[in-house]
Amino acid sequence: MSFINYSSREINCKIVYYGPGVCGKTTNLQYIYNKTSPETKGKLISLSTETDRTLFFDFLPLALGEIRGFKTRFHLYTVPGQVFYDASRKLILKGVDGVVFVADSQLERMEANMESLENLSVNLADQGYEFNKVPTVMQYNKRDLPNAVSIEEMRKSLNPRGIPEYQAVAPTGVGVFDTLKSVAKLVLSELRKGG
Amino acid sequence: MAAQLVMYEDEFTKINAICDRLAKDANAKVVFLVDKAGQLISASGHTQHIDTTSLASLTAGNVAAMGGLAKLIGENEFPNQFHEGTKDSLYMTIVATRIVLVGIFDNRTSLGLVRLRIKKASDELGRVMESMDRNANSRHEVGSPFAEISDEDIDNLFSD
Repeated sequence: MSFINYSSREINCKIVYYGPGVCGKTTNLQYIYNKTSPETKGKLISLSTETDRTLFFDFLPLALGEIRGFKTRFHLYTVPGQVFYDASRKLILKGVDGVVFVADSQLERMEANMESLENLSVNLADQGYEFNKVPTVMQYNKRDLPNAVSIEEMRKSLNPRGIPEYQAVAPTGVGVFDTLKSVAKLVLSELRKGG
Repeated sequence: MAAQLVMYEDEFTKINAICDRLAKDANAKVVFLVDKAGQLISASGHTQHIDTTSLASLTAGNVAAMGGLAKLIGENEFPNQFHEGTKDSLYMTIVATRIVLVGIFDNRTSLGLVRLRIKKASDELGRVMESMDRNANSRHEVGSPFAEISDEDIDNLFSD
């Protein structure tokens, strides 16, 4: 649910990074935080456990610039990926405008990817959204690992709809901004349609 | 998709005025209004040294988590919350089921006064939100200026 303020001429949109545990959602946000200039970003907030696993969410506000005289801000959130934090994941999807699904390319995580994607669809439905109608992009992360599954196989299992997809290595930034730009464009296009 | 929150000049002015008055009447340090998705709507008082964007997001997270807890024990939600600190405390209340009014205050005022003033302001804000919803429907029919956004406008945002 974007927030449009005609008085202060601002548009605020919410993007959620979703995916199984340790797939690199927080790493995406950390890379974006480290590579954006101080005037365009707010504080990166991480509600995590002592072992740096996301407990509730990470949050990063980003100002992208102006569009038709409106300041455009994106609020990036991650969800906790571990299966047992489902109640928290559901809450974070409230008011979402766009989703980045971060998939872990390692062979042994394929089942976790599929389970998480299914969980995303269920949790979106719980919040009153239809998965097919929410602007979503797919990121195949950890492409640098030797046990990475081929893109064709990942596509077959995770992206039969053919939504925009990107290969990534989040710690070094490969594909991180391409993914962000892509989801931001989809969200703004949705806004244009009056969505 | 969930309904967009759209705010126009007159509503924004009314909401800011209510928040400004509340900050004064309750002698609160800061008053702010957030929607349940974590978007900051208005902030009044001594906001200079506070990261209001983070505050808004964490408030929404907190309200969502408490709402989840409430449902687990058979309540719909906890409409009011009080968090007591050593110097500053925080009182929040849910307005019109979808926004959250928060007051941060210290020992120059009292919880009783803050609660009383927040209750009054929350009723007023509820009425503004109602009229906002009515207006949004009629204004939506006129057409959104974002219908004019071109692919080029969107691309320009990312030209770095």
